[in-house]
Order: sequence, then C-alpha cells, then structure tokens
Amino acid sequence: MTGIQLVFIVVAVMTLGAALMAVLTSNMVHAALWLILALFGVAIIFVLLNAGFLAVVQVVIYIGAISIIMIFAIMLTRRLITDIGTQTSSSWPWAALIAVALFGGLAWMLSTWGGFNTTPQLLSPRSDQVVELGQALVSPNAFVIPFEVASVLLLAALIGAIFIAWDRK
Amino acid sequence: MGDPITMIARWLESQLLGLGLSPVLVTLILAVLGVILIASFVLVMDIFLVWVERKVVARFQDRLGPNRLGPFGLIQPIADVIKLLIKEDITPAGADKFVYNLAPIIALATVLLLWAVIPLAPDLVGSDINVGVLYIVAIGALATLGVIMAGWASNNKYALLGAFRTVAQMVSYEVPMVIALLVPVLLAGSMGLNAIVEAQTPVWFVVVAPVAALLVLLTGIAELGRAPFDLSEAESEIVAGFHIEYTGMKFGLFYAGELLHALTIGALVSTLFLGGWRGPGVEAIPILGVGYFLIKAFFLYWVIMWVKYSMPRIRIDHMLNFNWKFLTPLSLVLLMVTAILDKLLENGPYWVYVTGMLLANLVIIWAVLQLLRSRARVERVRVAEPRPVAAPPGSPASTTTL
Repeated sequence: MTGIQLVFIVVAVMTLGAALMAVLTSNMVHAALWLILALFGVAIIFVLLNAGFLAVVQVVIYIGAISIIMIFAIMLTRRLITDIGTQTSSSWPWAALIAVALFGGLAWMLSTWGGFNTTPQLLSPRSDQVVELGQALVSPNAFVIPFEVASVLLLAALIGAIFIAWDRK
Repeated sequence: MGDPITMIARWLESQLLGLGLSPVLVTLILAVLGVILIASFVLVMDIFLVWVERKVVARFQDRLGPNRLGPFGLIQPIADVIKLLIKEDITPAGADKFVYNLAPIIALATVLLLWAVIPLAPDLVGSDINVGVLYIVAIGALATLGVIMAGWASNNKYALLGAFRTVAQMVSYEVPMVIALLVPVLLAGSMGLNAIVEAQTPVWFVVVAPVAALLVLLTGIAELGRAPFDLSEAESEIVAGFHIEYTGMKFGLFYAGELLHALTIGALVSTLFLGGWRGPGVEAIPILGVGYFLIKAFFLYWVIMWVKYSMPRIRIDHMLNFNWKFLTPLSLVLLMVTAILDKLLENGPYWVYVTGMLLANLVIIWAVLQLLRSRARVERVRVAEPRPVAAPPGSPASTTTL
C-alpha cells in the first residue's frame, strides 16, 4: 500500500463519517459543521486526484459561500437549534427504499465499469490544467454553451435578488 | 548558487538517503521539517509583532510604549505571553465546548496556512501551487468559519451579534477583493504567486495597476477587521464582539491571529504588487530576497497601523454602502479596463504598455474623485436640510425619506 492510498482511506472514512454525523446529529449547527467537514474531505480527494483548481473552488464555494449561508439561516431561525423532537418523519420507509435503490443501482453500474483495472494515463508535467480548463470553458468545441447558460442563470438569480430586496415606496 | 536553506535541505536529503531510507519517507521528513520551520518562523515573528504594534501605536499617540523590560522593552512580549498562559481558563455556562475550543485554533491556523504559498525567496516557497491566488481566497473563507464558530459557541448574545457583523463584513468585502486580485493574475497570466513575482520585471505591478493595489490593501484591512473597519469591536454596543467570552491564551490566539493577519496582508500585497522578493542583487544571492520581502511586508504592515491609529471607526451602514456601491463597481470597471487594455497593448513595446496602463489608472482615479465630489455636494445639501425627529402622519415632514 502506498502513502497516497493510506491518505485516501483516512480521508474517505473521515468524509463518510462526517456525512453520516451531519444526518444523525440532532443539533442543527453541529450538523452544518459536520457537513463542512465532509465537504472539506471531498476537497482533499480532489487534491489527491491532482485537481488543485477543483479542490480550491470546492472550498471557496461550498465552505465559503453555501455553508456560511446555511449557518446564517439556521442561527436566524428561532427554536431550530434547541429543537429536540423526533428526527424522522413518518415517510422514512420510502426514503430508505429510494436510498437503497439508488445505492444498489450505482453499485451495479460501477461493478460493470471496466475503469477499475486500467491504469490512468500520467498527466504531462508541462501542461497547465488551469489554462486548459479556461480555454475549454470558452471554446465552441467544448463547454461554451453550458458556461453561457450557467452565466445567464446566475445573472437571473442576481436580478431576482435585487428585485426582492428592492425598497418599493 | 542556491540559498543556504535549499542547500541544507539537499544535504539532509542525501544524508537520509545514505542511511538507506526510502525516497518517499525522505520526502515526507523534509516536508514536515519545512512546515515546522516556516510555522515556527512565522509564530516567533508573531511574538515580536506584539512589541512592534505597541511601540508604533505609542509613537503615533506621542508616548514611549513598553521600555522597562530589556533593551527597548524587547522582553515585554515574553512577559505578555506568560501572563496570558497563566490566566484562568473560563468556559462560559452553556457554551458548546468542542466548537468553543476549536474556534481560536481555526482563527490562528487559517492565517498560518496563508504562509504556505507566499514565496519568501526565489526558491523558498512552501508550496508553489498553480492556483495560489484562489487558495488565498479559499483560506479567507475558512477564516469566516472560525469567527462564526466562536460567536455561536460562546452562548452570548453580544458574541453572536458581533460574529454576524464580522461575517457580513468579511463576506461582502471578499467580492471587491477577489475582483481586484484578478488584476495581477491577468497581468502575470498565472495564478501561482511565484509566477506573479517573476512577472514583475522590470516594473512592479503597483506601477501598472495602482488602483488594484489600493483596492486589495483596503479590502484586506476590512477583512482584518481593523480600524476604520473594526465594527466587530464596539464597546458601547457589543463590547468586544465575537471573542468576548474568551480568556487567557484562547483570547491570545485571536489576538495573535489578528496581528499576524495584518502582517500577512502586508506580505500578500507586497508579493502581488511590490515585487515580493525582487530587489537588487537577488539573482546572485537568492537569500537576500527574504530580506527585501520582509522589508516590503513590514512597510505595508506599518501603513496598516498608520491607517488604524489615524482613522475613526465608520458606521455599519456606511461600511456596507462603501463596499457595495463604491468598491464593487470600481473593481469591476477596473478589471474590464485592464483586460481590454492588456489585449490592445499586448503587441506594442513594453514602455507603451506600462504608460497606457498607468494613464488608464490615473483616468479612473480622476473620474472617481469627480464622482465623489459631486456626490458629496448633494449629500451636504441633504444633511443640511431640517429633519424633525417626530412629525404628525400626513404632514410633509413625515414623508421625507431618511
């Protein structure tokens, strides 16, 4: 076992454990903090995959933006933190059924995938992945349409936020 | 010829390999040693910073500052540290113990993490990753988390309100900061900090993009929560803000983190705009770069202190308006102008490029000053109008907007 495999196992266990705790803990703020740990674990896995850009973006967006907004929402909601009711709703069997079906489906798909036994190609050390990603985002042969669609979506969200916050006299 | 630290590392590597250790283990040992070395260097400098800060503020306020213990009062910070260590450690009732204790560690650790990517000399950089600038933004996001954890876990309403304020400030000032940080990235064509330093030849980026340098320094001060943006600390409203319940060394960690963060902002601005380790003779003797870098970083640290001890605290609505209605549009305009000019002047001679960029920046500064002047005129007229505190409903005075 190489060092990188050892790190991967530790990080994977940490990520899954934190994700589980995020669901199981009854304190909402703790749940948000566990979720942050799980998201951080995913960022470390991106680093292990040599995708530094994705790792940093994962931290900026998921921890820096989404989690902070979530914590704000939890803290500004009364009674939510001290809520000690039951943690399951009456329709939990359906949720369990869907979860098991999804897990089974994914496991079956992965079991038929041949990528486990092929060794990945080594990245050429001279290639700058950030430059390649940037060019792919604006290249007509690659991702320019999804990139523009996402931009328009974000612009619409921005205008919507301004409209909601607008002080109408 | 390399610098002594790289030479020692190479010698140690050959010695350890000679002992028959595997290359992976040797790399690991050297990496751990490097982390210990840079972290202790920064933390020892942090103790010294307490003395610098107290001495400088004393001079600004026409006092002497610490001068009893040791030469120039140099042993004073050691006494401060001992005092902080032997103080009683109080955990407030109802506090969330684990989160409460974790928050000061995150506050200091996020500052230390920034030093991992700052190049001290040509070959002396913790990790020369190609997304360095984005990494700095990501660590800033983690620092927000430390503040909110401290505020919430203290089980104190003042602490929570202070944390909300600080986080609102940090999250909003991140927007113009990230946009302004894109300017040196655009000029250097890389997000790696060492590549940005190497691109600053023959002129530093502060000449090519002075407005961006100012914006990064300003938003950096706001991220720090230092005066005039020290709204998290308002004695009459929320006392000390998010760290109100912390005592002893746990408070010390927040305090040390703030001081070190100020120097780190200085170090970042000097890396991005003042040429980092660049200076005369660095090509021949690389270790000189550390000296040049520290001089520039400490100069900017002094500027931050100068601002802190000269400016009064601004009001929270002014602070947010200044960010969203002034800094954010300015940084967007600046980024667009820089990007367009960069493409237009790309093929011309270098001096045309530099002069064009500098002129564009001067035009932006002039336009901003004109806009501010006309706005201030309107504002003065509005403030001068009589504003009754209470008026009967329906009367013209009650419908005037505040």
